[in-house]
Amino acid sequence: MEVIRSQKRTPSNDTVSNPKIPLYLTAPQMEVRLEEFELFAIDRLRVLKGVSDGLARGRNPKEMDDLVDTLWKEHMRDPDASLMFNKDIISHFVLRLVYCRSDELKKWFLSMETALFRHRFRLQNFEAQRAIVGEFGLPYKAVTGAELEGLKERLGQVVRSLGQISPTVEAIYYKVPFEEVPDLVASRRVLIQKGYAFVAGSQLVSLVVTQFRSHISKALILTNRKWTTTIREREKDRLTPIVEALSTSYLGPDYSQSTEYAEISLKDIDQVAKSSFPLCMRHLFEKVREDHHLKHGGRMQLGLFLKGVGLKLDDALAFWRAEFTKKVGSERFDKEYAYSIRHNYGKEGKRTDYTPYACQKIILSAPGAGDHHGCPYRHFSEDNLRAALGRMGLSSRGMEGVMDQVRNKHYQLACTMTFEAVYGTSCDAGINHPNQYFEESQKILKSKTPPAPV
Amino acid sequence: MTREEIESREDESMMDAPQINKPKPEEFFNVNYLRIYYGKSPFSFFLTIKTFDLLRKPNNKYIIDGKHPGCDEYYFGRREFSFTLENDVYLRYKSFKNASSMEDAIRSHFPYKIDIGAVYSVDPDKRHAYSQTGSNVFTPVERELVFDIDITDYDDVRYCCSGADVCSKCWPLMTVAIKVIHTSLTEDFGFKHILWVFSGRRGVHCWVCDPKARRMTNEQRSAVAEYFRVYKGNENNARKVALMGYSLHPFLARSYVDYLKGFFEGELQATQSIFSTKDKYEKILAMISDEDIQSELRGKWENSARSSLSEEAISLVRWEQLKNTLQSKKHKAPTLRMCVEEIVFTFTYPRIDLEVSKQMNHLLKAPFCVHPKTGRVCVPIDPNNCDEFDPLAVPTLSQLIEEINSGGSRMDVDDDSDDSDTSLLGKSVKFFRSSFLEPLLKSCKEEIESSYKTKIGKSKDSLSW
Repeated sequence: MEVIRSQKRTPSNDTVSNPKIPLYLTAPQMEVRLEEFELFAIDRLRVLKGVSDGLARGRNPKEMDDLVDTLWKEHMRDPDASLMFNKDIISHFVLRLVYCRSDELKKWFLSMETALFRHRFRLQNFEAQRAIVGEFGLPYKAVTGAELEGLKERLGQVVRSLGQISPTVEAIYYKVPFEEVPDLVASRRVLIQKGYAFVAGSQLVSLVVTQFRSHISKALILTNRKWTTTIREREKDRLTPIVEALSTSYLGPDYSQSTEYAEISLKDIDQVAKSSFPLCMRHLFEKVREDHHLKHGGRMQLGLFLKGVGLKLDDALAFWRAEFTKKVGSERFDKEYAYSIRHNYGKEGKRTDYTPYACQKIILSAPGAGDHHGCPYRHFSEDNLRAALGRMGLSSRGMEGVMDQVRNKHYQLACTMTFEAVYGTSCDAGINHPNQYFEESQKILKSKTPPAPV
Repeated sequence: MTREEIESREDESMMDAPQINKPKPEEFFNVNYLRIYYGKSPFSFFLTIKTFDLLRKPNNKYIIDGKHPGCDEYYFGRREFSFTLENDVYLRYKSFKNASSMEDAIRSHFPYKIDIGAVYSVDPDKRHAYSQTGSNVFTPVERELVFDIDITDYDDVRYCCSGADVCSKCWPLMTVAIKVIHTSLTEDFGFKHILWVFSGRRGVHCWVCDPKARRMTNEQRSAVAEYFRVYKGNENNARKVALMGYSLHPFLARSYVDYLKGFFEGELQATQSIFSTKDKYEKILAMISDEDIQSELRGKWENSARSSLSEEAISLVRWEQLKNTLQSKKHKAPTLRMCVEEIVFTFTYPRIDLEVSKQMNHLLKAPFCVHPKTGRVCVPIDPNNCDEFDPLAVPTLSQLIEEINSGGSRMDVDDDSDDSDTSLLGKSVKFFRSSFLEPLLKSCKEEIESSYKTKIGKSKDSLSW
């Protein structure tokens, strides 16, 4: 892919014979204007962020199909089909550069691109899907004739076991090594015999998504290598600044640099915890004050949050020291805990400036005995959660709404509802980061009350 | 202590042996016996260690026609082992250049337990030399597909024992588990080189050693483990097996028809009498998600409490009643459709430890180890004859020592003619060799030869002008 300054773009040679979804198998041979380099990537990023939001809110597959359809039409559509196709390809490859640069970025990009692919695939008709399977060059043969007859009864059993009362065995099945369709194997959605799974036409999604994911994963590693060895240096006056800006601009703010609102000092911290911390951080904070200790998971979750909220390193050290020395003594604190606090602020070791955890990460954590981290909406028992919400000032009606969301496993929506109940306003964006909760809360409080003398 | 001194000490104890009193049960496993077990080389223990790995990519010892150019000499060195020593000292990431250096390590540490891990990208004991972020990351490259079934996971459905105990009444649960899983591994997944091993106390391990199994990714292992998973129990639900849909998946249907149903209605009723008392049958009634049916059955059973039939007969009668009632009422709700099957599955279907199977880096005890708490040797189990396996008849370490002392077996691994059935471990070793090792060795050789030929073929082509 060649990036050029201006001039008319030469239309690519791809024409109608292409399947609608490109597989991004090879870098495109076309010229791209510099402005488009950035704009296309931003539009695609809007789509990926929308996908990420949808998944975080627990949308079911059909809802995700519709969401993807909407997002794509909104951001990526072009009346000229081949131009739209080019934008698709270009934007993907630009984002590869952006998101190959760290493990966390790679993981996010891989998940979102795979989900995007999955739902775009599901929206295609059967013929288009078969064409895409063909594009992958997958060597799977369709099962026909006598072999199919012999399997029919058990194939029917599989269909019935999945909830269809009349076993409509599809016309076409593919014989695929079972290793290629792990999710179908895991959920017993296929017949398996002598190492082969018999995949129905309608189940092709699984097959291709696995291939897609594997391919992109490998590609990201190669891209990263190329980036660090040649491209970054060569492009340092042209593409590199764009690439570096792109990753921080749209994933939602990552809160590693706190904003003007958010600088807090040690003497404010208790009051600010009560007024603006989300429940997960309140709980951790209370536990530190109470137990003068927190286990590793809690120290990470709370510590990084405080960094994002604007607590400076010296204040952070003072805070943790004040609490921990009540239990473990000053020497042990210096020996065992101070280092990792400094590490979190990027002052030790790899000097990575760690970013505060987003809700998705916190929800997925697994607090064990003696731990207080995680997401209370997910990890607390109902009684404990109600008690905690009561302490935050929720009325019983507000609480019911929140508990309802919890029961349906919409933990972030539960937190959002809590926010809305506590501050009496609506939060349309939805909470997906504890630091976001804090910032929004501070905004509201500062706008409501005149700056009070501290 | 030098080697000579150790050996002479052993000789002494052997001479003294007939005068020692029969060891008390709590003395059947101790370091001294272990010393003898490991010291007596080459023992069947080493047979398994040597062959497990060296055969994968055999070195010149095992390929009779000399060193094969297709071999990977460094394969054994990249396998992780772990030793658990006396006092629970745990040594991980141990690796050895070859079998004899491993033997030496075993004879100097006398581990209570030896676990086998994965084959890594570099020697585990040199892993720190490689930076984590570079391209030489220390990562597992091959590992057998393994399963671990432990009878304590069935405590909610066995009434004869609980916890670490096992008896002839509940062991059949393991037998049925082996049959179900083994059939699936061979019929569904097409695996050929499967070794089942007694875990030494209360369960079984399974090692699938086919090349394609060893190369499976964590995701694929997870998929197979989930395929086998039916029981989803925790304290919060009464209905731990939920079979939805209108029929069973063919794998479950086959397991049900070929093994589970017969076992449930036969041996299980005889050994566990799961309906005979109120406590027991209430547990089963709780699995029926319809209060009316529960009450109907409860009514019948409460009234017949004073029957003169045996416990087993009572159980069978009640089971029939339950089946008949559910048969006529199963259309009332989707959750009743396969309630009968659910109950059978709850009591009989294998419960594997998912975590053991899912990750390549998980370590598992080596076959032919001695279990520290029972003194029993972890012997292989023949899946085609598993009904005959009796965990309480497995040779113990002290029995083996006695046999050695009385001039019994000479387990000489290089002497094939000595696999006599009369020695305590003779049968196990013979089975291990002929049913598992030799076919595996053969297939490994074939694989090496064929991939070597392909390589040669390719390079020949590339030279053509």
